[in-house]
Amino acid sequence: MSRRLLVVLCAAIYTFLMLPLVVVFPISFSSALYMQFPPPGFSLQWYERYLDDPQWIDATVRSLYIGGATAVLALALGVPLAFSLARGRFAGRLLVDRIALAPLVVPTIILSVGLYGLFAKLKLIGEWYGLVAAHTVLALPFVVLVTVAGLRDFDRALEQAAEGLGAGRVQTLLRVTLPLLRPSLVSAGLLAFISSFDELVVALFLAGPNMTLPKKMFDNIMMEIDPTIAAVSVMQILLVSIVLVLIGRFGRGLQGSAR
Amino acid sequence: MSSSTPFSSPVFGGARCFVKVRGFLPALPALILLFCFFLFPVVRMLGFSVEAGTLDWYAKALGEGLYLEVFWNTFEIAMIVTAVCLLLGYPVGFLIATTTPGWATLGFIFVLLPLWTSVLVRTYAWMVLLGRNGVFNRWLIDIGLVSDPLPLLNNFSGVLIGMVHVLLPYMVLPIYGAVRRLDPALVSAAQGLGASSWRVFWRVYLPLTAPGIFAGATIVFVLSLGFFITPALLGGGKVMMLAVLIEQQIHQTLNWPFAAALSAVLLALTVGVYSLAQLFTRQEARS
Repeated sequence: MSRRLLVVLCAAIYTFLMLPLVVVFPISFSSALYMQFPPPGFSLQWYERYLDDPQWIDATVRSLYIGGATAVLALALGVPLAFSLARGRFAGRLLVDRIALAPLVVPTIILSVGLYGLFAKLKLIGEWYGLVAAHTVLALPFVVLVTVAGLRDFDRALEQAAEGLGAGRVQTLLRVTLPLLRPSLVSAGLLAFISSFDELVVALFLAGPNMTLPKKMFDNIMMEIDPTIAAVSVMQILLVSIVLVLIGRFGRGLQGSAR
Repeated sequence: MSSSTPFSSPVFGGARCFVKVRGFLPALPALILLFCFFLFPVVRMLGFSVEAGTLDWYAKALGEGLYLEVFWNTFEIAMIVTAVCLLLGYPVGFLIATTTPGWATLGFIFVLLPLWTSVLVRTYAWMVLLGRNGVFNRWLIDIGLVSDPLPLLNNFSGVLIGMVHVLLPYMVLPIYGAVRRLDPALVSAAQGLGASSWRVFWRVYLPLTAPGIFAGATIVFVLSLGFFITPALLGGGKVMMLAVLIEQQIHQTLNWPFAAALSAVLLALTVGVYSLAQLFTRQEARS
């Protein structure tokens, strides 16, 4: 009885959660020139407008390679850091742990303003690699959390077996440890990519005239709401869905990836 | 950093030695990045607030009514958002944790999909839904419930709806974890002793999942304090939160020292709430 009540209540909450994601689909296919709901007819004009506008395409391409570079850098730095935290026994390990996870707690606006001041001085505003460095700071906690969780469930007897059979340390790492960790690494890399691809606050300060996709969307929302944004939103949602499917298929369980 | 433990056998001693002596080295590149692009710029910026050698900017931030109101606004919104997220997040976390694996996966997908969808996309969608000519108002007028569109956007309620939507998944996940960790035998025992479902909920589930509730509430509250995108877009300039004020000081008034002082206070609030919560959790665990 009360179980049924719970299900009904949750259905309502899920509607609230999914409604904003669902509503952009019909609008993006609207034939109306202004925001109109329900749309009077079907058209692909907003997708065409997106594809024909070099500004949108530029912003998308820039966000894609900044996201890719962020994922690579965050993995390259974050995985060794996770090994250190999970297996090392050095003084100050707790402090390192706190510093590594701090970007999750410290408001992004503070990081953004701090980097804005520094980058303005170093003339790094608008440089893509400056944004990659900043996005890597924000992505590191995800990589560390997911990799540390992976290492915690790791059966170290397998490494010891490899070494007992004569494998060197590097060989053990490359042939045993990392392949076994692959699901965690896949999740970590994809989460790092998405976190950068969606990031707005830092980009608002550091991107300068070189738009990233979120900054271009922000500017458009501020100036005029035309359904091109709905089309971009649909593509964004599809990209995230694909990434979540990839994580579910090749990564470490969805549950583990979110914490 | 010693290099031997009671457990290291002669065969695997080498591997253990590697970890113990150089366990710190793999962390070094990441720490250098965090120092250069996180710790240093933030501390440098915060330093601007006391550059003049006085605490005048702090006095302005904490003394003038206009800015005190922003602090109060931020705090109030964070409190309400946390409370609403708890009310909505508990049922969902509870349901996912107690349903069949198939439904649980589906339930997770519909929590994670919004979580990883760009905040901008969601904010835009809320503008479409809540605007004067938006989906909701059209619908309400069509069914004759109201005659004039309700002001749902560019005000307090718009910001609240948008923020709850963004932060709800952060509440669901820890509550799910807490319900999962609960020993089902306790629930069976209570039911076997004749407790009604409500009584089981109030006397068994709620107290035993309190750590999850607390963890979720802490993270939602702390994230609310520093929120920027949603209040900036859905508040329509009428709802001033700390992060929005800081951004204005940088981009519009170019008042770096004041922005730095506001940032320092925001940081202190955030870290303060977070540390208090951690302390409380540890004490709970001990007692």
